Order: sequence, then C-alpha cells, then structure tokens
Amino acid sequence: MLEVKQPTYYEEVIRKGYNRRDFMKFASMMTAFIGLEKSSIGQVAKAMETKSRIPIIWLHFQECTCCSESFIRSSHPMVADILLDMVSLDYTETLMAASGIQAEQSLKNTMSKYKGEYILCVEGSVPLAADGVYCMIGGKTSMQILDEAAAGAKAIIAWGSCASNGCVQSAKPNPTQATPIHKLIKGKPIIKVPGCPPIGEVMAGVIVHLLTFGTIPELDRVGRPKAFYSKRVHDTCYRRPYFDAGLFVETFDDENARKGYCLYKVGCKGPSTYNACGVMKWNGGTSFPIQSGHGCIGCSEENYWDNGRLYDRASSFAGFGIEADADTVGKIALGATGIAIAAHAVATNLGKKHSIQDLENEGKISEHELPS
Amino acid sequence: MSKRIVVDPITRIEGHLRVEADIENGKIVDAFSSGTMVRLLEEILQGRDPRDAWAYVGRVCGVCTSTHSLTSVRTVEDALGIVVPPNAELVRNLMHCVLYMHDHVVHFYHLHAMDWVDVVNALKADPKKTSELAQTISKWPKSSPGYFSDIQKRVSKFVESGQLGIFANGYWGHPAYKLPAEVNLIGLAHYLEALEWQKEIVKVQAIFGGKNPHPNYLVGGMACSIGLDDVNAERLAYVHQLLKQGKDFINQVYIPDLMAVASFYKDWGAIGGGLGNYLVYGDLPTNGYADTKSYKFPSGAILNKDISKVHEVDLRKEDEVQEFITNSWYDYKEGKDKGLHPWKGESKINYNGPKPPFEHLDTSKEYSYLKTPRWKGHAMEVGPLARVLVGYARGVEEYKAIVDKTLKDLDVPVAALFSTLGRTAARGLEAVLAADWALEFYDSLIANIKAGDTKMAEMSKFNPSTWPKEALGVGHSEAPRGALAHWINIKDEKIANYQLVVPTTWNASPRDGKGQMSAYEAALIDTPVHDENQPLEIIRTIHSFDPCMACSVHLYDENGKTISRISVVGD
Repeated sequence: MLEVKQPTYYEEVIRKGYNRRDFMKFASMMTAFIGLEKSSIGQVAKAMETKSRIPIIWLHFQECTCCSESFIRSSHPMVADILLDMVSLDYTETLMAASGIQAEQSLKNTMSKYKGEYILCVEGSVPLAADGVYCMIGGKTSMQILDEAAAGAKAIIAWGSCASNGCVQSAKPNPTQATPIHKLIKGKPIIKVPGCPPIGEVMAGVIVHLLTFGTIPELDRVGRPKAFYSKRVHDTCYRRPYFDAGLFVETFDDENARKGYCLYKVGCKGPSTYNACGVMKWNGGTSFPIQSGHGCIGCSEENYWDNGRLYDRASSFAGFGIEADADTVGKIALGATGIAIAAHAVATNLGKKHSIQDLENEGKISEHELPS
Repeated sequence: MSKRIVVDPITRIEGHLRVEADIENGKIVDAFSSGTMVRLLEEILQGRDPRDAWAYVGRVCGVCTSTHSLTSVRTVEDALGIVVPPNAELVRNLMHCVLYMHDHVVHFYHLHAMDWVDVVNALKADPKKTSELAQTISKWPKSSPGYFSDIQKRVSKFVESGQLGIFANGYWGHPAYKLPAEVNLIGLAHYLEALEWQKEIVKVQAIFGGKNPHPNYLVGGMACSIGLDDVNAERLAYVHQLLKQGKDFINQVYIPDLMAVASFYKDWGAIGGGLGNYLVYGDLPTNGYADTKSYKFPSGAILNKDISKVHEVDLRKEDEVQEFITNSWYDYKEGKDKGLHPWKGESKINYNGPKPPFEHLDTSKEYSYLKTPRWKGHAMEVGPLARVLVGYARGVEEYKAIVDKTLKDLDVPVAALFSTLGRTAARGLEAVLAADWALEFYDSLIANIKAGDTKMAEMSKFNPSTWPKEALGVGHSEAPRGALAHWINIKDEKIANYQLVVPTTWNASPRDGKGQMSAYEAALIDTPVHDENQPLEIIRTIHSFDPCMACSVHLYDENGKTISRISVVGD
C-alpha cells in the first residue's frame, strides 16, 4: 500500500468542522488537564498541529469493559469523536468493524508495520492460576497474547484498576490469581491509570499527553500520572469544610445528609484515595460520588476491595495518617466543645499545609523521554 | 459435506466471542458455544458484608452498568425484608430507563449498525438526495445537504489517509449489504452523532449515582438525598432536560433509522429465530417492587412461540430456574448431571479442556465456563424480544400499540418478530417505551416531593445487629440484555453464598445434558452464509442478541469435523 501522509490532529479537528478557536480551547483544556503551566498551551497546540496519529492496540482480558465505556464518555465536544480518529485505534474489540480473521489481521498489521511505535492499551487483568486457562482468547491464554503485543509496544497504558492493580477479581482469595500488567511485563514504560473505571477525561488526557510530547506523563512512585493522581479526593472535596467543622452525615438520608455534610462517618474513603474526582468530576463535570450522597469507595486504590467494608469509616485501616488524629479531634468537636473545634481546625490546617507543599514538589514537570 | 468456518474474535460486543459454524449448501447446520473467561466472583463474595455486594457484582459488567448493582440491592433487601421508599424506587427506575436509552442506542449504532450499513458505500451517496430522504423520514434538524456533504468529505479524507482505524478490514462491499448509498450515509452520520449523544444521557445516572459507568447504589434506598445538595431543584431540572433530549434522539434519529434499515432487510424477519421460548422476570415497578403486577415490564414465559399463553415464573421455586453443568467446567458435589436451584448453587471450577495454545476444544465433554440455566427444563431466550413478546402476549396496551404499528409500517406479519430482525426491532421499541416511562417516573418523583415526601432511604434495618441469624433472598431485574437474578444466603451478618444467573448465560450457554441448544446456537441454525470468507450473516444474528460476555464463546461442531480456518481476505 502507498504510504500516505498521516493527518495531524489539527488537520483532523478542522476536517471535523471545528474552527481554530475550538482547537485552541481544546488545547488549553488539555494543557490544564495534564498539569502544565499556561505558557505550555502553545506547545500543546503546536504538537497537535504537527504530530501524526499514534497507532493504538487496545486489548481486553479479565475485565467488564467499563474502561472502554468511560473512554467514550469523555466529555469535551471533540474528545469522544476525535480521539477515536486522531490516535488511529487500529485494534479494539469493542468498536472495530472487522471481526474474525480480518480483525486478527488488523492486529498483526499494526504490530508489524508500527513495531516499536504503537501504544498498547490493556483493559483487564491476567489470570495466572492453572497455567492461564481462566482467560483464553482464540485458544491462547491472555498471558501469551499480552507477551506478543507488549514486545513491539512503545509504551503500555494499563487502563483501570484491573490492569493497574487487579481490581475485583484479585480480591481475596483471588481464585484465578488475577495479576496486573506491571507485574508481568518488564522493560517497557507502563502508565497506570487506575479507577473503576478511570474518569473519561483522565483517559483522554493521558493519550493527549503521549500525542503531544511523545513522552509519557510524569508518574508518581507507583506509576500513575501525577497530574491526575497526586491529590486525595479528601483534599479536593467541596465538602471538606464540613469535615473540618466536624459536621458529618450520621446515617444515609438523615437531616445532615440533606444538608450535604461530610460522608466520612458513613464510610467515605476519600481520605485515603488518590484521584481527580473532586476536581474534574464525572461525566463532563456533572457530579462525583460524594456530590450524589455516597462516599468514595476508593476504586482507584490498590486492594481497595480488601481495605475494609464500604460503610466502615476510613480511620480503621492502615495508612490513614494525620487525618486519623483529625477525626479523633473531630469526634470531640461533635461533643460541641469550642476548644476541641479549634484544635481540630489547627490539626487539619497543618495537614493541608503539608499536602500543599507536597503537591508543589510533585507538580514540577520533568518529562521522561520514551525509549525509541 | 459441510465446511467449518471460524470467526474469532467477534467484535463489537462486551467480552470475547468466538464462533465456529458448519456450513452446508450455504446454510449453517451445526454450532457450539463456549465461554472461556472466568473471574469467580461468587467465591470472592463469600464472607463479605451483604451491603457491599452491589459494588462487587456491579463490576460484572461495565456495559450494562448499574444493572447488577440494582439487582444486588434488591436481593439483599429481599433477604432482610427491607421495603425501599417510593422515591428510591422512582430514582432506581429512572436510572434503569436511562440505561436502556443509552445501551440500546449504543448497541444499534456502535455495535450493530455496521452489520447493515456499508460505511465505504456511503461515500457514493448524493448529499442532496440524502438530505431529501432524511427529511421525509424524520424532523431531526440536522439534515441539510451541507451536513451530509461535510460528513462525507470528512470520511472520504479519512479513508484516503490510509489509516482506517476502527473501520479497517470491515466486510465492505459484501453483497448482503443492501442499503442504498443515501441510507448508508444517514447511518454513518448518525453513528458519529450517537457517539456524541450517548455521553449526555448517562448524566442522569451521574446525578443520582455519582458517576457512570458504575454508579453507586445503597441497600435500603438511594444515597442521594433530596435536599440542598445531592438532589435539588437545579439537579432535577437538569435531569428533565436530559430525559427530553434523550427522548427526542430516540424518536427522531434511532427509530427512523431503524425503520429505514429494516425496510431493506425484511428477509431477516425469517432468519435467526432459534428457540421460540422466551423468559422475562419483569421490572420497573410502579407500585413497589413486591407488586409484580405493577411492573412496566411484565414477567412471564412463552413456549414454542405460542403467544396465546403466558406462563407464570417463580424464582423461589426450586424446580423452576436451575443451572446445569453437564458441559461446563465445574463440579457439583452431587454429580455432573444434577440441576441446582441457585440458592443451593455451587461454583467449584474444574477445567479439563486442552492446554493452551490450542486449535480446538473437545466438545464431546465439557467446553465452557458458562453454566447452562434452564426454566422447568426448557432452554429460554431472554432479552428485548422476550420482553416485547410477553408484554404483547399479555395484551398490555402500550406494547400492543407500538408492536402493531411497527408491523404495519414494515408490512410484515407477527411471525416476523421471531427472528434476527425481530430482536433488533424489539430493542428499538423498548427504547421508545423506556424514554416515555422515564418522563413518567420523573413526574411522579416531582409530585412526591411537592407533596412533602422527601424520604430516599429506609435505614432502620441497615445495621447488621438488626438482621436475622440466617436469611435467603432473591432479587431480579430486566437488564437490557435480558432477565437477570441474584440469589443470596446470609449467615451471621455475612454472605454464605451468592449466585448470579445472567442474561448472556441464558443465551450463550453450552448444551444441556439432553443435548438441547441454548439461544445463540439455536439461532444460528439455518442462517444463510453467502461468502464463507466473510461471514457477515453470523455476525448479524449474534449481534442481534447484543452479547455481553465478560467471557469468550466458542462454537464447535459436535461431530468433531476437521477445522479449516479460513484464509485471510483483503487487507
């Protein structure tokens, strides 16, 4: 086949009927999403104007397809429509027209034609028990398929909690030995995008970063993009002032629930969950769990299914740190002693100051070049 | 002599699906179905807090998201004797209708349309004629010649770029594609429009459940309080706007397109019928979940296409729903041939198939991770067609009106419902009904609030100390893909046993001990296949069920004939 110049993202946008202004708006939004300074908007826009579409192979293993569903929910007017095209999604069992041999051929074509260039997206965990027979596609185990596809990938995106930490099927006793991708593939950059599912715009943001800079976004120590996972839901929650003031929902649908008070005492895991829900919210900024009256269940955290029951309060499990103290104070505050309320406020503010400093440190951009 | 063909993977479904079918004289004569992925959630649920189960089982499926969570809270409420407040029932119904609206539209455009719409052929359409045609079938405003011409130009350039992405390697140009270029262009344009639309309607689930996919539920009601914050006047106004917009899209885009496409494929009203047995548990209560007569989706069973009689269904009776494992990779304590009611269900896995990588399974013994559910020993089809048939057979006016009008408009007999086309059409009719009902439920919710009822959760039995030492529960729903039920056994405040029988298990399971096929296998028999190298027809019938696997399915020949994998066609 004749090599045709691949259209850039900018060309795609204009072709789709959007104007330059729309394009710049999208570039600005994405710049903000991926955690860059405003001065980088021009860089993002320029990259989108000049870079070709990245081929993507998207595999499904032990999963429920919520990640694919969330991806198509991505809310900016252009994202749902154009990301599908701009990245050249060459293999995705959920949406592709081809089936059977023709689908396999698409996979093989991309793996050979774009060896070392394509991005491998994995949705789902890999079961290792019983030699891998708990997930077989086309007579091969998911492990065999993953090995083949990972070999020529430029980078791997582990979509969602299944691929990042094993999610529900890895909960005790993990009968199929469901295993996340980073424990199976070595020597490739792996971006973990946890959450059940991840927020659609977060998924779009990760892909836009790859496209724009040809680099993986800055990751935290466990491999998540800092832009989306460096803040706790608790720190970005609009109900945080109620926590600080010691005003809690005691039981669902009580008077305090109707006032929108803090859900900490009915099990909210926001204090121990790192995700962007409080900032970006879900479904185009419509809501997020806490705004709709249910606590955060901690779906982006490793082992969240085994981290205590949903409606037990968060301080009862490990790693809670400073807020456990705040809660103790908070309980006294509920006893309505003014001194305790003041002490609570001090403790919480100390905690906040600490986390802001952390965020500043983490927020500095240092890109990792992808191995070519 | 028959010839074996393999289609693996079948795409545009949830999960992985492999089809092998034997073709003789251009028709399918035999097939087997096998699921090859398993997560053993039943085992993981044991010993956990029953109030948490909705979150675990919600993760069974992210496509028909919310269905399993809804079913789970109903199951636990049944066990503990909790009756949820009317507002919670209404919010659950609203969220469920929204799931139908979203899921059925996405299925039609993004999972099924390319079986009927030839995307490449759309490039030959005359935009002016397309516009005229679009305006004769719908008042949807986006229908100017410029609109269609822009879409055509965009897709033309896309095709010329050489990077075809998701459209690469389709069966384009296959003679079974029969739409005029102009109808193809309308289908393509609305594929793109529906992709934009679908993310809007689910915002209703986000408002009440915090997010979508996987919104939050609560045993005892819903967590979203009516008050200053979660559900206030602004939120409710937003819901109303989204519901109206959703209804407009279904009535002005989805249904006209469905009817236009169907009118060119009436021959598919005689293909893919399959079992002729239909099962519905019922859903969308209008007077409390316990009052099954108040359901918008009435329950019942139809046998042998006989719509003059609807049989009653009881999920508690141990001789009605049973699961068999004769051909499944499981063991029961009392042996392979026993059928177990889900309250006594077991999920002990025992894989004894070939070691991967392998070319084929030995279908003379176990060949699937799916169990085989039966209702009073019958193989049953579940899903939109089953629901529409039961509603129609019960003489419910809403169903009668919409079904009779559709049959008249298409000029086809009632018998045409028992088919691939019938399944696809029934899904559209349900979307229309769900969009209407959502607005009814919305009005009822507003009326309740106006009358001073703002209760959203019944929390008196939320604390485990109020529970009996042991309790059995069953909860059901109608998932978009069909009848769904969960069974629970609670002991000492913990889950002692949890069993799920899901729609795709009914439809895609392996044969039972008597050799009776389940719905997928049965529907493929006699399906014509024009070109063995491009088995578009197999995909049409399988897609008409809207498979939701979370597992793989293989279809194998029971006589063990040689498998010849088809050669690669095209590039």
